[in-house]
Amino acid sequence: MITAIVIMALGAIVLGAALGYASVKFKVEGNPLVEKIEAILPQTQCGQCGYPGCKPYAEAIAEGEADINLCPPGGMEGVRKLADLLGREPTPLDAEEKPKQVAIIDEATCIGCTLCIQACPVDAIVGAAKQMHTIVASLCTGCELCVKPCPVECIRMEPIAENIENWKWKYPVFEIKRAA
Amino acid sequence: MLQQLFKFKGGVKPQTSKTSSLHEPIGQAPLPARLIVPLHQSIGGTPNPLVEAGEHVLKGQLIGGADGWISSAVHAPTSGTVLAIEEHIAAHPSGLSTLSVIIEPDGRDEWIERTPLDYRTLPPERVREILRDAGVVGLGGAVFPSHAKLTASKTVPMDELVINGAECEPFITCDDLLMRERAEDVIRGVAIFRDLLMPKRVLIGIEDNKPEAVAALEKAVQALGENFEVIAVPTRYPAGGAKQLIRVLTGKEVPAAKRSTDLGVQCFNVATAYTAYRAVAHGEPVISRIVTLTGNVEHPRNWEVLIGTPLREFIQLGKPKNDTNGYLMGGPMMGFEMPSLDAPLVKATNCIIAASPTLFPQPPPEMPCIRCGACAEACPHELQPFEMYWFAHAKNFGKTQEYNIFDCIECGCCSYVCPSHIPLVQYFRFAKSEIWARERDKKASDLAKARFEFRNLRDEREKAEKAERLAKAAAAKAVEKKAAPVDSGAALATSPDAPVNADVAKKATIAAAIERARVQRETAEPKNTDGLTIAQRKEIAEIEARRAPLLASEQTAPNAETQRTQSTDT
Repeated sequence: MITAIVIMALGAIVLGAALGYASVKFKVEGNPLVEKIEAILPQTQCGQCGYPGCKPYAEAIAEGEADINLCPPGGMEGVRKLADLLGREPTPLDAEEKPKQVAIIDEATCIGCTLCIQACPVDAIVGAAKQMHTIVASLCTGCELCVKPCPVECIRMEPIAENIENWKWKYPVFEIKRAA
Repeated sequence: MLQQLFKFKGGVKPQTSKTSSLHEPIGQAPLPARLIVPLHQSIGGTPNPLVEAGEHVLKGQLIGGADGWISSAVHAPTSGTVLAIEEHIAAHPSGLSTLSVIIEPDGRDEWIERTPLDYRTLPPERVREILRDAGVVGLGGAVFPSHAKLTASKTVPMDELVINGAECEPFITCDDLLMRERAEDVIRGVAIFRDLLMPKRVLIGIEDNKPEAVAALEKAVQALGENFEVIAVPTRYPAGGAKQLIRVLTGKEVPAAKRSTDLGVQCFNVATAYTAYRAVAHGEPVISRIVTLTGNVEHPRNWEVLIGTPLREFIQLGKPKNDTNGYLMGGPMMGFEMPSLDAPLVKATNCIIAASPTLFPQPPPEMPCIRCGACAEACPHELQPFEMYWFAHAKNFGKTQEYNIFDCIECGCCSYVCPSHIPLVQYFRFAKSEIWARERDKKASDLAKARFEFRNLRDEREKAEKAERLAKAAAAKAVEKKAAPVDSGAALATSPDAPVNADVAKKATIAAAIERARVQRETAEPKNTDGLTIAQRKEIAEIEARRAPLLASEQTAPNAETQRTQSTDT
């Protein structure tokens, strides 16, 4: 009887020590779920979800505070991927889905106030005080954050046109004909 | 000669339909009324336009300079005037436009100065540069810049150079006639490649349905005293695929993630060898190519056509029949329908087939996949098209990649044999371009994330620096206040007594501020005044002398001073 208790107790101590050691040695920094969610989010850093960037939104989703359908740039596909990852039901997007856009500065109207430079989350605008500004189109995420601060309304958003580089083969579709 | 040939798995034997365009020799296509030369005609970077609208150009003049190493130059196909550099519909299945140089020929066809070179006297790097600047690209259809393929692997010895004259697609005969009529120039081009790559053997593979071409090349090899082996390979589509021909001739199978150079093999098309020779030995850049015009036309024939000739003018040479309902670029297996008659012929155009409902009947409707496995047996890359089809159909792209969709060369064998008439290749193309788009998006979002995080980091750093600066300034102020407590104390003591004194106190604070500024100026002494030459000291003394009266006037008019500091502050 006592031997059995001692063996069980010893076992418990050894296993407990092993678990304790493992929890110190293999400690995971941060929430791995947040990283997985963030990898799905489009990184436009636009704040349209109501959080100041993609990472805060990912954290909020991981905490269960935010819904998964708040990201318009990610679109319905993003919602589906998040739903897959989190085992939730995909819910319709809480906004209008827009095509990918790029911001364009009307350089003749620009007064060089630098307000858009300060608003751009990815430093995609070049320019200096009282100098013309312009947008580096390849870095622009289309977040629209620069549009509002402009005092002379010289920034507009344009959908990215299809060109030979980004053209995609279409899904094969066949006309169904009525048999005579 | 005894040569052991190997086999590749799969493949099909479609009707070749080649004879009709072989009756006549290569014809010279007449000068078109207008040439549309797209700048982007090869894999890699888009060449930068080097001419302007209104400029007069000569035949062979560089109009687009190569952008980076994996890129190839573009030249004016004839002499004439540049009308515009604008977006023009491209020879591309999308029907989208691409930046093109529009040239109106002047009819004189005047060459730019050509410098024939003996490549043996030049260093290999120079030869590669010449090929790049002459616009030599793979003319088999892939248009990969040839100079980039002419560097031997440093680790693997170069065993075989494979020259591809298989031309396995039905209808196409341009390489066949090139080999028959210009065999010696082809062999001389191969010699250039041989000297750059130094392979142990040179193997020229030609399908055995072209005995005339085999004979012509063998004769040319003997005439030039080379030791190249001209080998007839069994006619089976797609024997002209680079990996298939390498397999047949050398027995080597190129693995998925490797290049053929990793196995000591490199492969070029015969037409590429021909253009390389013309470029090096005659100084002629790639401004024309041989194009087969066949299918539903009265006069099928091969033509040497200027790059940029609009399709509309080219097809008139063959007199298309009345029931022609479209034009294919490339062969019937891998080609695509030209989006418009305005699209130009480009370096990748090896064949134009006029289509008609009798020649290419509408495929019967797609039926469900019955998993018969015929496609897997036909696939020359030993893939499983039916599995990839299921996943592409369901848009499960990750799974298609697990089944190695990127090893698919889109040869069309699977669609050809499918008893359910499923356009399998279309599904694979769709899946591939979706995966590419996703990868582009992923790259862009990673970049955006990195830039956003860096920006936040910088913001925080700047905030910290600002706080530090402010703290320092506050500390300095506290020290000063301790040093001059009597002045302000006196001013404060007198101020509450009479309103007149308020004015005095104000003046006193202004004076104190000026004094502080002066002290600061003096403490901030110039640090680079040691070890000056006499001349420099003299100069400084002169400047100081000039400044002295100015300083004196400033002290008499402190208001002006404050105003000036204000204006410099803003």
